[in-house]
Amino acid sequence: MKEEEIWTISEVTESQQIKNISYELLAWGSPLAKELGVPLSAVVFGNNLSEEELRELIYRGADRVYKISHKYLFPFIVENHSNILDFLIKKFQPQIVIAGATTQGRTLMPHLSVKLGTGLTADCTDLKIEKDTGLLLQIRPAIGGNIMATIKTPERKPQMATVRPKSKKMLLRDENKKGRIISIEIDDALFDRKVIHMGFQKNEKEEIDFSTADIIVSGGRGLKRKENLTLIRELAKQLEAAVGASREVVDRGWISYPHQVGLSGKTVNPKAYLAIGISGAIQHLAGIKTSETIIAINNDPLADIFKIADFGIVGDLFEIVPLLKKKLEEKRKTNEI
Amino acid sequence: MKIIVPIKQVPETSQVKINEETGTVIRDGVENIINPLDLYAIELAIQLRENHGGTITVITMGPPKAEEALREAIAMGADEAILLSGKEFAGSDTWATAYSLAAIIKKIKAYDLIITGERATDGDTGQVGPGIASFLNIPLSTYTRKIESVNKQYITVQRLIEEGTERLKIPLPALLTVVKEISYPRLPTLRGKQRARTIGIPVYNSIDIGIPGNKLGLKGSPTRVVKIYRPQVVRKGTILKVKDERTLSEAIDRLISFLEKRKIISF
Repeated sequence: MKEEEIWTISEVTESQQIKNISYELLAWGSPLAKELGVPLSAVVFGNNLSEEELRELIYRGADRVYKISHKYLFPFIVENHSNILDFLIKKFQPQIVIAGATTQGRTLMPHLSVKLGTGLTADCTDLKIEKDTGLLLQIRPAIGGNIMATIKTPERKPQMATVRPKSKKMLLRDENKKGRIISIEIDDALFDRKVIHMGFQKNEKEEIDFSTADIIVSGGRGLKRKENLTLIRELAKQLEAAVGASREVVDRGWISYPHQVGLSGKTVNPKAYLAIGISGAIQHLAGIKTSETIIAINNDPLADIFKIADFGIVGDLFEIVPLLKKKLEEKRKTNEI
Repeated sequence: MKIIVPIKQVPETSQVKINEETGTVIRDGVENIINPLDLYAIELAIQLRENHGGTITVITMGPPKAEEALREAIAMGADEAILLSGKEFAGSDTWATAYSLAAIIKKIKAYDLIITGERATDGDTGQVGPGIASFLNIPLSTYTRKIESVNKQYITVQRLIEEGTERLKIPLPALLTVVKEISYPRLPTLRGKQRARTIGIPVYNSIDIGIPGNKLGLKGSPTRVVKIYRPQVVRKGTILKVKDERTLSEAIDRLISFLEKRKIISF
């Protein structure tokens, strides 16, 4: 059996619901599959996956859904997923395999590409098909986002890539879309039972998660001192926003790593991103580029952040932020009366 | 406990310039540093040695000048260093790099733990650590943020994932890639600096470790870079300058109405 499918590696939540990244991966794969004239598939690992959830993948673009359901397949253990995918890929021979550049995808894919002896490109921002060869062109930032590189895997299969979460809109849901769910039984010998999962600890509730926040207020080196991060936190609270930070602020230990925005932190795309005292290293810009609206406050008129801002104020953040807070408060009060 | 820390020498990212005509990276005059996340890996190794005894070996693959990075790691407190160097390694992608590093680890050392930074700031892939674990067929924990306990058989770690953290109990030998939360890197000590100046660092090439040429460097790399170019940033917005109190107040009023107009805030 060799149809040179395009595979997307889905992810599921603890309650075995399909995560949005899975649908985004189908949106990535769909134009490629059309261009090559091959089926688009979703591969789903989980424990007790429901038909209803799996059908959603078809409505969102999958021609085929490979269901691999087993009690050892949730939570994610890289060795298990890698062994099984290695087996399935050798059997079904897809030509392209795409996964999310999530903690799962970025762990699984390099582990798997070694087993398969094939190439992998991390964290792609664009995927295209090369006209003459039909090969996958994988485009990604490198050297701190200072350059973009186009990469291909010319001689080996499958061609593998991870793509950024939230960088592509899901396809519209189409209940008339036809597709097949294929259930695959797994030989117990493929499970590597060495690593023991000891449980999850969820993020604290009061912390607003980047992936769900409409607004992110981020602080950079311009804050000068750790204590001044309070300005960012207070403004964020007022706007019901999540708190972000540049790499430098995290490196200095002013705030913890989960708040880091940028290529080596999180890539975000909120409705509005407020960059305060952030000069805008290309690495940071690459992580916020897909935000709907970008607002910048910085005292350096030449700061790169202004090049991608929809609205910018050149001035002293220590004057601007307190006055902004005051005016927002006043407006709110006036409107309440 | 025998610990191996594979590190990478990288250009200081903020200094990298691009030749706009050829699209190539200009490395002349750019300072080279230890990949910042690798410092956290070295620090964790030192802390584990302090608490459990053992030795730390840092290894790197790179040009002869990558030796500087190894000496810095010695100055921080690593016991010994090995450089994997030779023209045959040039142009390695992440697959070929992981292959070569796994080969030298297999060849020369018995070990309990391999620790790497989660990714390097130049390539920014985070693929070499997991690749080494896969080649060596040992358990892997990526995005490791905390070590809960260690004994002769097991290490229990916390991993940072999107929804929070998870705990894994992993049999040794194993490979961990670490994020910043794991530790705070110490500065080199005076004694460390003295050792770093005098210590002999063996240099191996592919023949020394007996690995075939067709798996190395550009030849052994499954991926090819077709083109590199400078990203174009496109977005032109309203930029206001604050000169005095009046322009300050005006700028903020306009920002607030901009936020309202875009339905980002409402009153």
